[in-house]
Amino acid sequence: MDPLLLLEQAFNGLQFGVMLFLIAAGLTLVFGIMDLVNLAHGSLVMIGAYLATTFIGWTDSFILGLLLAIPAMFLVGVVVEVIVLRTLYLRNHLDQVLATFGLILFFNEIIRIIWGPISLYSGLPDYLSGHVEIIPGAPYPVFRLLIIAVGLLVALAIYLIVARTRLGMLIRAGASNNEMVGALGIDIKLLFTLVFALGAVFAGLAGMMLGPLTSVEPGMGEPLLILAFVVIIIGGIGSIRGAFVAAIVVGMVDTVGRVFLPVVLRAFVSDAAADTAGPALASMLIYILMAAILVVRPRGLFPARTG
Amino acid sequence: MAEAALRIEGLSKSFGGLVATDNLHLAIESGEIHAIIGPNGAGKTTLVAQLAGELKPNAGQVIFAGRDITRLTMPARAALGLARSYQITSVLLNFTAEDNVALAAQAVAGHSFRFWRPARSDPALRQPAREVLAQIGLAERADTLAANLSHGEQRQLEIAMALATRPSLLLLDEPMAGMGREESGRMVALLESLKGRHTILLIEHDMDAVFALADRITVLVYGRAIATGRPDEIRNNDEVRQAYLGEEAIDA
Amino acid sequence: MDRRQILVAVIGLALFALVPPLAGIFDQPFYVDMFARIMIFAIAAVSLDLILGYGGMVSFGHAAYIGVGAYAVGILSYYGIDNGFVQFPVAIAAAALIALVFGLMSLRTTGVYFIMITLAFAQMLYFLGISLEEFGGDDGMPAYRSEFAGLIDLTDADQFYYLVFAFLVAALVVTHRLIHSRFGAVVRGAKANERRMQAMGFPTYRYKLAAFTIAGTMCGIAGALFANWNEFVSPDAMHWTRSGEIMIMVIMGGMGTLIGPVLGATGLLLLEEYLPEWMEALIAGTGEHWMVVMGPILIAIVLFGRGGIYALFARRGGDDG
Repeated sequence: MDPLLLLEQAFNGLQFGVMLFLIAAGLTLVFGIMDLVNLAHGSLVMIGAYLATTFIGWTDSFILGLLLAIPAMFLVGVVVEVIVLRTLYLRNHLDQVLATFGLILFFNEIIRIIWGPISLYSGLPDYLSGHVEIIPGAPYPVFRLLIIAVGLLVALAIYLIVARTRLGMLIRAGASNNEMVGALGIDIKLLFTLVFALGAVFAGLAGMMLGPLTSVEPGMGEPLLILAFVVIIIGGIGSIRGAFVAAIVVGMVDTVGRVFLPVVLRAFVSDAAADTAGPALASMLIYILMAAILVVRPRGLFPARTG
Repeated sequence: MAEAALRIEGLSKSFGGLVATDNLHLAIESGEIHAIIGPNGAGKTTLVAQLAGELKPNAGQVIFAGRDITRLTMPARAALGLARSYQITSVLLNFTAEDNVALAAQAVAGHSFRFWRPARSDPALRQPAREVLAQIGLAERADTLAANLSHGEQRQLEIAMALATRPSLLLLDEPMAGMGREESGRMVALLESLKGRHTILLIEHDMDAVFALADRITVLVYGRAIATGRPDEIRNNDEVRQAYLGEEAIDA
Repeated sequence: MDRRQILVAVIGLALFALVPPLAGIFDQPFYVDMFARIMIFAIAAVSLDLILGYGGMVSFGHAAYIGVGAYAVGILSYYGIDNGFVQFPVAIAAAALIALVFGLMSLRTTGVYFIMITLAFAQMLYFLGISLEEFGGDDGMPAYRSEFAGLIDLTDADQFYYLVFAFLVAALVVTHRLIHSRFGAVVRGAKANERRMQAMGFPTYRYKLAAFTIAGTMCGIAGALFANWNEFVSPDAMHWTRSGEIMIMVIMGGMGTLIGPVLGATGLLLLEEYLPEWMEALIAGTGEHWMVVMGPILIAIVLFGRGGIYALFARRGGDDG
């Protein structure tokens, strides 16, 4: 087995992992604080990708485009929270799941109406489309490195917010406890809107990063959403730390598994059988991992909430 | 001496630094009503949870009818004949009173993997359910949804559900909680009528009721049993008086 | 069940039974096909309601069993086994096994974990389907209609229709008996207050697991029928939005009622069929974007549609189905 290939795949896994973390972070925060299961979180990824692609087109600048898309995502988050999600906080999880399911259909179609059904492709500026040799002999795409850097920076930022600020204090307290929040003199409605909008920005950021890697199309966030669920289940609902660890683990296992599982299988079964079973098994790998972890820890690795 | 109905040996439970049950030893004799009293925070609820199997103790043993049940799950303990009622009314609100009790009867009527015959017309469940409802004084309310019963009636239904599992030990967690004077009176009469037929471990704040009903009383303070004895012994125990401060509560 | 509820059920089923002759009279064979599909999803919805409405288990992966049932038929058909007497038992057994395994894992958790885990397991099967190149990968593969030794001819639209109808009636009868049996009482009790049920001596996990497995099995039959209806099998059958749709059917029709899921399946699939036409008629060019209206309709149903369609016809029955 080629060690350089392994290293490259490890980087890809890390990049996928931080991407998942960007999505899972908002999801787990919203659940931990507002007790809301938001299926439409994947739509925010999609909206982020579309906004970024559009703004980059308008401004003809990758950086300027992102700088416009980020506040725009914040605005989207505020609007969605105020118009729809706010009414769902006191509903049971079943209602939340179904209502946000309806929201997904709506978002996907709105996107189709505005941008058309055809996938968009957003290119990269020259300075991001090259490769660097971080390890001699293994050139690695600059943009993927950027994603890793952005993901780790956001993780650091969230850590600082949670550990150092008043907002973080509330998050740590698992505060859907209105009384306590009220006692601290904080407008709970504003807090919820803020947290949701923050989550929307992270999800949108993931979409912006994803844009140049894949095609930008309606429904692009949904497979990622379900992976983000797996991340949250493994990490423990409401736990940012759990989301980070689990996202990296899932990203690594999925990426590395897809490449190496068929290779490994070949050592045990015939090549033909390995080529058939390998991809099948690899696609199930993270779900098997999830099931295995749940057998040992039904509330995830870092259970943050009780009840 | 005959084997106690329930023996608690060296039971300990703490939450972080807070000791809720502190090396507790206790024996409940067969057929007695044994009350456990204590000021708020004495660890009564934690004790009930450990006896019923909802909480795992850090150390110690619970021996029920000569058998170590410390590691058993809640349903397994119930199946051995340990029934409980809840401090906070915990009946099935969208079931009728009779359905609630019939379900409890079903719990002891063997396994419930019967998929075809209607349970509502099964005399093996309905008959004992009606009997228990009559015994408890809820016969006329049999077809009323539990949600529509008064608070006092729901408390009675709690007891009925516990009784319908034909337990050898009843674990009653504050059966008088939230009751008015008249309702409490009825509950005391009801428990009085069970005396001798069932072993009862009674957790209760209502001192009138406790002293009227209990054969023996254990006083729990900070998770430790500071005294166990007959009601008159407890009434005159200095340590108990000190622990309670509000002496009039016991004198009353 | 009171008189009125029985009346709704009987009239509803009688209407279904009348579809083929009516379609024949009006020369609209299309409706036989459409209502066969509706009944297939009604079976799936009825099976989901058994655990969702009566058992309180919010399973978001129910389409997985449609997929298992459909693939069982498709794969056997691929290997030249078109005998329905082999296909259906295999589909049922496969769905039962998968439901048992998924249930064993997912029922260890509760609440939102359970929702997400059932969703994730279904997604796992979806990706498995995509990675099975031999069976067409994400394109899927054709499946021939099952053969029943000449007893029934499923290529005949009416005969196929009445087979589905018979399965629907059977599913309703079985569900009705189940929820009123001792077993059903435990499952409903666990929904109402699981802790109390355990305190009474019911190890609720195994009863919930049994209900979960029965529901998955029943849905597997819907899957086997769906493969026949579609004459095609693909991972799309177990796409997660399909699971969402089945849930919507249950909610829309009336959760925790016997006939509600049938009404919900009818309502949702008719809406999906005709909403584009209505929109197109109203404003030309909008028909293809019907989802933009469908989404808010679903949200409104969830927010304001307490009791579902069933509540419009019969007194809200709650748990007595």
